[in-house]
Amino acid sequence: MTHAIEAHDLRKTFGGEVRALDGVSFAVEEGTIFGLLGPNGAGKTTAVRILTTILAPDSGTGLVLGHDVVAQADRVRTLIGLAGQYAAVDENLTGRENLTMVGRLNHLARDVVAKRATELLEQFGLSDAGDRPLKTYSGGMRRRLDVAAALVARPKVLFLDEPTTGLDPHSRVDVWGMIDHLVEEGTSVLLTTQYLEEADTLARDIAVVDHGRVIAEGTPAQLKADLGATVLDVGLADPELARRAASILGSVGAKSPTVVGSTVELPVDDGPRIAIEVLRLLDQNALVPTTFRIREPSLDDVFMALTGKRTEADEEEATSIPTNGRHRRRREPSVAGTSDGGAR
Amino acid sequence: MSTTTTAITYEAGLAPAAGPAMPRGAARLGWAVADALTITKRNLIAYTRIPESLFFSTLQPIMFVLLFRYVFGGAIHPPLGLTYIDFLMAGIFIQSVGFGGIGTAVGLSEDLQKGLIERFRALPMARSAVLAGRTTADLVRNVFVLLLMTGVGALVGFNFPNGAPGFIAASALALFFAYALLWGFAVIGLAASNSETAQVMAFPILFPLIFASPAFVPLTSMPGWLRWFATNQPIGAVINAMRSLMLGARYVPGSTSGHVLVALAWCVGLLLVFAPLAVWRYRRIS
Repeated sequence: MTHAIEAHDLRKTFGGEVRALDGVSFAVEEGTIFGLLGPNGAGKTTAVRILTTILAPDSGTGLVLGHDVVAQADRVRTLIGLAGQYAAVDENLTGRENLTMVGRLNHLARDVVAKRATELLEQFGLSDAGDRPLKTYSGGMRRRLDVAAALVARPKVLFLDEPTTGLDPHSRVDVWGMIDHLVEEGTSVLLTTQYLEEADTLARDIAVVDHGRVIAEGTPAQLKADLGATVLDVGLADPELARRAASILGSVGAKSPTVVGSTVELPVDDGPRIAIEVLRLLDQNALVPTTFRIREPSLDDVFMALTGKRTEADEEEATSIPTNGRHRRRREPSVAGTSDGGAR
Repeated sequence: MSTTTTAITYEAGLAPAAGPAMPRGAARLGWAVADALTITKRNLIAYTRIPESLFFSTLQPIMFVLLFRYVFGGAIHPPLGLTYIDFLMAGIFIQSVGFGGIGTAVGLSEDLQKGLIERFRALPMARSAVLAGRTTADLVRNVFVLLLMTGVGALVGFNFPNGAPGFIAASALALFFAYALLWGFAVIGLAASNSETAQVMAFPILFPLIFASPAFVPLTSMPGWLRWFATNQPIGAVINAMRSLMLGARYVPGSTSGHVLVALAWCVGLLLVFAPLAVWRYRRIS
């Protein structure tokens, strides 16, 4: 079977020093969204630049619909669309002129390009702004135009390099809707992102990259399953009470609980059943939860477990969020195996 | 800022389809020309929308003609009873197209910085189009600037001393020289890390070449060593050839054909050095 994109052991070092890619392999099935997830500097953009023929790898092979990105670069360029993090559009031209230029550079006929530009401006809600220079556009509008430009030639394979970085939540949801729609129409998408939520929402398969390597791969559900099926968050009035609760709940869950501020995070296999047990134990010890939540583990939990660090987007929160799991640093002592150790 | 743009509607037309494959042979050359013209058009449109480049291509040349004609002109006495405006035209042509070349360097370096060239490299377009389109657009801009200055010059007393053919030949030489020079500016634009650096790199090269030349004053007032430099450096050689063509051979010592040959040699030489260098530089961008 031909994949939309295949990366085989891609390696790239810049200036003999910085190892951007250290043997990256993955495959994107046709008609699906594949998420390349990782923090800043993980090598995501380098992978995209190699697969879009902009950069040659030091070693390894990239294929787009079976065509080699180095040996058949010309062919590959007729099949792909690229929208980048920095909205590579000409700000002196109008939206329509930008789309027309890209269409002409794809060697589409003049009348086809004109029709396509109008169509895309409409689809991206830029009809009113289409004949204004891009200098007058907001960040979200520029980003939409950038994505529109990537679609002018109706590419079979679309590369979106952090398409929502820096966008407000509303524009982000707009872009998500658009990506979903493209895939319904049959486009294959490689999406890079540092937002776990984004990969979780959009991608069918995810590769987590860090320091130029793929450190985990699978569906969002598979990655999350590594951590246990569910997490119980039990909030208490203050961190001291939370520590007491953690010691009481030590052997109830699948793994030891972690204290995050005044919340106890408890990975469990069977959330609802364990919830009863947890509430009973808290009640017996006269501890009253202020909040109580059963949730799926987030991809952030997965990333944390894999790399021992938070993603960029969550860095400011990281200072107040301690960790749990095998590979995590422990900022708060968690007590295991003594279900009544802290009770009096 | 428009706020009416948040609703994205989806209709038919997003479905993928392969674009035309890149052809080989002669058809490929056709694509290369078409791509270069697309980029040319894009750059020309941009020039009309960037206030700075509009200023440098319209108001500044007009101001310089008037400034030199009326402010400095009275104090400078060209040889053999020539009027200053007649003497000035060749020099001010080269000064304008020369400084205009800074726009080439700045434009290319901005394209690099803003990721546009990156996008171009992922498109099925000819590799040559970015440089060919940029230099063609700047050639077109130079034609416009020379026409504008000719008009203003004629209004303030320039009277084509050697007739139209000589003037046209001199203008063509100025354009050819400017085109060769553009490739040098392209190298600077591709080498600079940002547009400010490109500007800073271009000025110190251009300034002495333009002002230590016969562009604005007769060489007789300069010390001997400077006079030698001013005569033999490329801008001096081109201005002498232009004057010989547009004013008449008697105003510049030496034969017209001799001056023109030296000037053409400079143009071809600069082009042979800078064009491959720019292309090499462009290919190495990563």
